[in-house]
Amino acid sequence: MEMNQYLDLFIEESKEHLQNCNDLLLKLEQSPEDLFIVNEIFRSAHTLKGMSATMEFNDLAQLTHQMENVLDLIRNEKLAVSSQVLDVLFLAADYLEEMVESIANGGNGQLNVETVVKQLQSLDSNQPLEIGNAPETVQVGKLTYDDYEWTVLSQSKDTDYQPFEVTVQLHKDCLLKAVRVFMVFETLEKNGEIIKSHPQATALEEEQFDFEFTVTILSSNTKEEIEIELLKISEIDAVEIIAIDLSQASEEVAVAVEETSLPTKKEVEVTQQQTSSFKQQSKHGTKTIRVNIERLDILMNLFEELVIDRGRLLQISQDLDHQGLQETVEHMSRISGDLQNIILNMRMVPIDTVFNRFPKMVRQLAKDLHKSVNLEIIGAQTELDRTVIDEIGDPLVHLIRNAMDHGIEKPEERLAKGKPQQGTIILKAYHSGNHIFIEITDDGAGINKDNVCRKAIAKGIIKEEEIASMEDQEIYQLIFSSGFSTAKEISDVSGRGVGLDVVKSIIESLGGYVTIQSNEGYGSTFSIQLPLTLSIISAMLVEVENEKYAIPLSSIIETAIIKKADIMKTHNQQVIDFRGKVVPLVSLQSIFEVNDVSEEIPETLSVVIVRKGDKLAALIVSSFIGQQEIVLKSLGDYLTNVFAISGATILGDGQVALIIDCNELIK
Amino acid sequence: MENKQHTVQLIVFQLGDKEYGVPVADVLSIEKIEHITRVPGTEKYIKGVINLRGVILPIVDLRTRFNLPEHPYSQHTRIIITKKGEKEVGLIVDTANDVIDVATSQLEPPPEVVGTESFDYIKAVAKMNQQILILIDLAKVLNIEENVEI
Repeated sequence: MEMNQYLDLFIEESKEHLQNCNDLLLKLEQSPEDLFIVNEIFRSAHTLKGMSATMEFNDLAQLTHQMENVLDLIRNEKLAVSSQVLDVLFLAADYLEEMVESIANGGNGQLNVETVVKQLQSLDSNQPLEIGNAPETVQVGKLTYDDYEWTVLSQSKDTDYQPFEVTVQLHKDCLLKAVRVFMVFETLEKNGEIIKSHPQATALEEEQFDFEFTVTILSSNTKEEIEIELLKISEIDAVEIIAIDLSQASEEVAVAVEETSLPTKKEVEVTQQQTSSFKQQSKHGTKTIRVNIERLDILMNLFEELVIDRGRLLQISQDLDHQGLQETVEHMSRISGDLQNIILNMRMVPIDTVFNRFPKMVRQLAKDLHKSVNLEIIGAQTELDRTVIDEIGDPLVHLIRNAMDHGIEKPEERLAKGKPQQGTIILKAYHSGNHIFIEITDDGAGINKDNVCRKAIAKGIIKEEEIASMEDQEIYQLIFSSGFSTAKEISDVSGRGVGLDVVKSIIESLGGYVTIQSNEGYGSTFSIQLPLTLSIISAMLVEVENEKYAIPLSSIIETAIIKKADIMKTHNQQVIDFRGKVVPLVSLQSIFEVNDVSEEIPETLSVVIVRKGDKLAALIVSSFIGQQEIVLKSLGDYLTNVFAISGATILGDGQVALIIDCNELIK
Repeated sequence: MENKQHTVQLIVFQLGDKEYGVPVADVLSIEKIEHITRVPGTEKYIKGVINLRGVILPIVDLRTRFNLPEHPYSQHTRIIITKKGEKEVGLIVDTANDVIDVATSQLEPPPEVVGTESFDYIKAVAKMNQQILILIDLAKVLNIEENVEI
């Protein structure tokens, strides 16, 4: 079947449901009595099962199905939530995640799930033991049998065949119930002989039943075998098979049925209540739709065109001096301004989508490392650009692992140091200006500078004599050098040789920085500073002769007007004295070969002081136009590696202005 | 490739008194000339970039590329937006006003010498009435490194 078009949707939704499962499992761990949470997990697992079965990812479906069985027991209060149960459920969720990941990466999602399925099944089969008097043979059955039927059933006593009542519960969203019924009948016929069904076969074919029906069969197979066969059919929620005790007289059966038919009704009511509570729950969640980010880009492009036309209209209305027109255009301007904000905000996603996978990761890691760690998340609603969100996950994973592995000490050690036994990691996100800050703070051992230095020297990253002149921050930054790992033994948690250097390079590629603060013995803070968005930046527009250029505000220190007399010369390089620092003077006019390069230097020069790290340069421009939010665009695939140009933007008048890459101008 | 088909549709454009053709399949649109922002430090024939409906597009002046004398842009000057692989580039031409069908049998490999032009970017020539139509090789014109089948 051609499923490719649904695959993306499937992956996205599966991830969402898995995340939901994980969150809820964590909650369940906190309050094991809350059946509402169990219901919610059940719902997610159930949807997941349905989806994966449709997409024919059978391992995924099988595992979710087993998970669902266990959850079903819990919510029917037949199984208590113990840490053992939770561990298996977490394990199952891990497997599911792995499979979905494999599918997302183009794999087939196949994974050997047998072990975890067995574990789930063992929980499942514990059921009769835990509830003691399971209705195996005590209950005779749900159906009444007439004499003929009863005779047939009775006769089977002398053969290998045993009578069973098979109650099948269909998926509530099942659309083609008759088809499922047919499949069930077909399966049962393979396993034995069908004696009777309730409702009657004709009613079943016409779908005149809710979601449950019962079939009486004679079979030589065991009830487990039949159950397994039946569960292979999709959209079946549960199969209940009861062996019919033939020792009872038919009259008794009839009485028993009267009694048992009531609870069945109740059950239906209960499930209905459950469904309605699900519906109520789903209303609370924010409604979202998925939009391809490319479409947003197209929307943005179109909108920019609109902005350009708005500018032209504004000009025309002023020229015409028509009041009505002017008012309309002004109103339009305001609306398009609001529209712009909305479009820009559409690309913003709460960082929660990255953070939400950490609680589970920390839980698992803490177990593996035999440490006790409490993860606090602050500011999960902080929003940033989708493109940044996609990239920031891995670096954060590395940093959290690092904090747990190297930062937080073992419980005994902590007690010896007079700290609480449980370590704390605080993950905090917040906005500041045009940046977002993400901080990872642990109350662990902190960074031992001497160790870092010794290690760095041993690894040949720095020379011994350099250390004396290094500031704390510089020493800490050594941790991010490639080939640096302070862990004495390599664990599989962190310190695989790769790691922190990758973190640094990813963050820098996003236009951000990492800084470290540490207090030995009391913990460290890794602080990541990132631009809010990669597509919109604040820039200073300048003119060089008659060409317009944009300089990103993030690299500008300040603008200044200097006198010709202030220019000094050192080794053919013109420099100025800027607040006690010697700053080289760079003529954009000559670098960008703007026509008519005149040797004549005017009496006063406008300069923009830019920086790269702590190095400065003064760029000579003809005039400043002003500060503006600009949309960063690439020059396309054809023009690559243009010197000192990082991209382009479209100005209000529709013209293109190039964006200067100051990093390339400063050697 | 064209050999397998019977005809090929070409956009015809002019540079000076010569007619050139580029396959319709490689052309996205034809635009009027508008403000071009110069990009410093690029080849001389790259005139700069334009804003085409919100997308930044590099522009090549074919006159400069073919070493023809510069000619001021007029109201007939057009930019042919072409797409070669993932690369979209606009070509400035004197005029572009015709789409014709050329039978592949009419196409001939480029002669050894054609006028004064360096001819490595000529894919084929076609005799059309009295005129010679030069079919250009976009990849060569744009200096796109790729294995072009000839």
